[in-house]
Amino acid sequence: MLNVRVIPCLDVRDGRVVKGVRFDNLADQGDPARLARRYEREGADELVILDVSATAEGRVARFETVGRVRDEISIPLTVGGGVRTAEDAGALLEAGADRVAVNTAAVERPQLLSEIASRFGAQCAVLALDGGAAAGEACPSGFEVLTHSGGRRTGLDAADWSRRAVELGAGEILLTSFDRDGTRSGYDLALIGAIREAVPVPIVASGGGAHAGHMCAAVEAGADAVLAASIFHQGDWSIGRLKDRLQQLGVAVRR
Amino acid sequence: MSAARMATGPQDVGIVPTGVANLEAVAAAFRRLGRTPRLLDSAAGISGADYVVLPGVGSFAGGMAELRRRGWAEAVRRRVEEGRPTLAICLGLQLLCEESEEAPGTAGLGCVPGRVVRLAASCRIPQLGWNRVAAPAGTAFLRSAVVYFANSYGLEAGPAGWTAAMGRHGSRFVAGLERGGVLACQFHPELSGRVGAGLLKRWLEESPAAAEAFEPRAERPALAAAC
Repeated sequence: MLNVRVIPCLDVRDGRVVKGVRFDNLADQGDPARLARRYEREGADELVILDVSATAEGRVARFETVGRVRDEISIPLTVGGGVRTAEDAGALLEAGADRVAVNTAAVERPQLLSEIASRFGAQCAVLALDGGAAAGEACPSGFEVLTHSGGRRTGLDAADWSRRAVELGAGEILLTSFDRDGTRSGYDLALIGAIREAVPVPIVASGGGAHAGHMCAAVEAGADAVLAASIFHQGDWSIGRLKDRLQQLGVAVRR
Repeated sequence: MSAARMATGPQDVGIVPTGVANLEAVAAAFRRLGRTPRLLDSAAGISGADYVVLPGVGSFAGGMAELRRRGWAEAVRRRVEEGRPTLAICLGLQLLCEESEEAPGTAGLGCVPGRVVRLAASCRIPQLGWNRVAAPAGTAFLRSAVVYFANSYGLEAGPAGWTAAMGRHGSRFVAGLERGGVLACQFHPELSGRVGAGLLKRWLEESPAAAEAFEPRAERPALAAAC
């Protein structure tokens, strides 16, 4: 039986960890390698690095940040930001990533997921899906896909897109609620449920998680892993204490 | 320590580049243990290195094609048959087997009897995350622990001639194998935190003696001419 993974996320801009609300008003949170080392010591099961300005600046996530973090940690590392080709993904793997997350470029060219999965395996191809409540009736699941760090609404139904992405080879979905990001109001359980219905691959819940109760609810809604950022960066919870609490709530975690 | 091993340096860890894998994560893990890993680029290098790592991220067909194209398959197979210090990770373990459901018709290295199959459909595939491994008593390297997996395929039963540690994801699968100085892990020791680092350290320290003590079976015929 797999343990539920607890994953700190490092949103990185210009080589520094930042965090905002609904992808905006980013404030400095520290050095990525230093935070990564601390999180592994505290018991993090995996790390995610998202280069939040890469797509807007038309480049791939910074390799030196990936390399510095890789040197520090002996747990899995997923990296996302500006990946447009299988070659971009390969370069991130060479820099020290174990898995690569794609969002905007996969929406624009879904074949990218197959290219990454066939070269590096499905476990390497992570679909980063930013979902938000859909306006009107266009999206049957009630959620639509956002790209460009939340800057563009695509009109694409989130459940349909996740299904298509898995058919193409995505081996995991990093599912972020745009509406909840940075709000500490809990994960969007309806969004998690909609994607769980649609696909059989692991789901990482992201956006709004502030305490163990939120995480327990996300797992009950169908998540296999829970991701959070500001609660760890700002010291509200150490990962060890959070895992103690999750265990008390009956969630299986690695100790 | 034998003169031959002295000649190639006591800290000689060579990594076989099987196409694109997470080589940097493997290299970083050995650097943290004070070694200076290098990428191997020849069959002679594979034969000559004190320690060889066969990492694996990718597909069975792609991995075998790369080993054959570069003429490395036989060198890896021979090391494993002779029980010399060799570490196979994830796909690396699968490449040691005879064949895989992932690539029907593609022959593996054949050091481990058996066919790799897709994990039980009742479970989340790929298996991504930390799972428990149960090791039998008396192993040289493997211990019961919780370690990190990222796989869709696996070997169902412990193969003859090897000591197997088992895991469960829907159904039982082979989590690790050892024989002589050879350690094959379906999980990723380089990504398994302190537990993984401890395993790599044990393998570095114990595998030369385990290899010395190992008596290879009667030599089997080399791989077919295709490789």
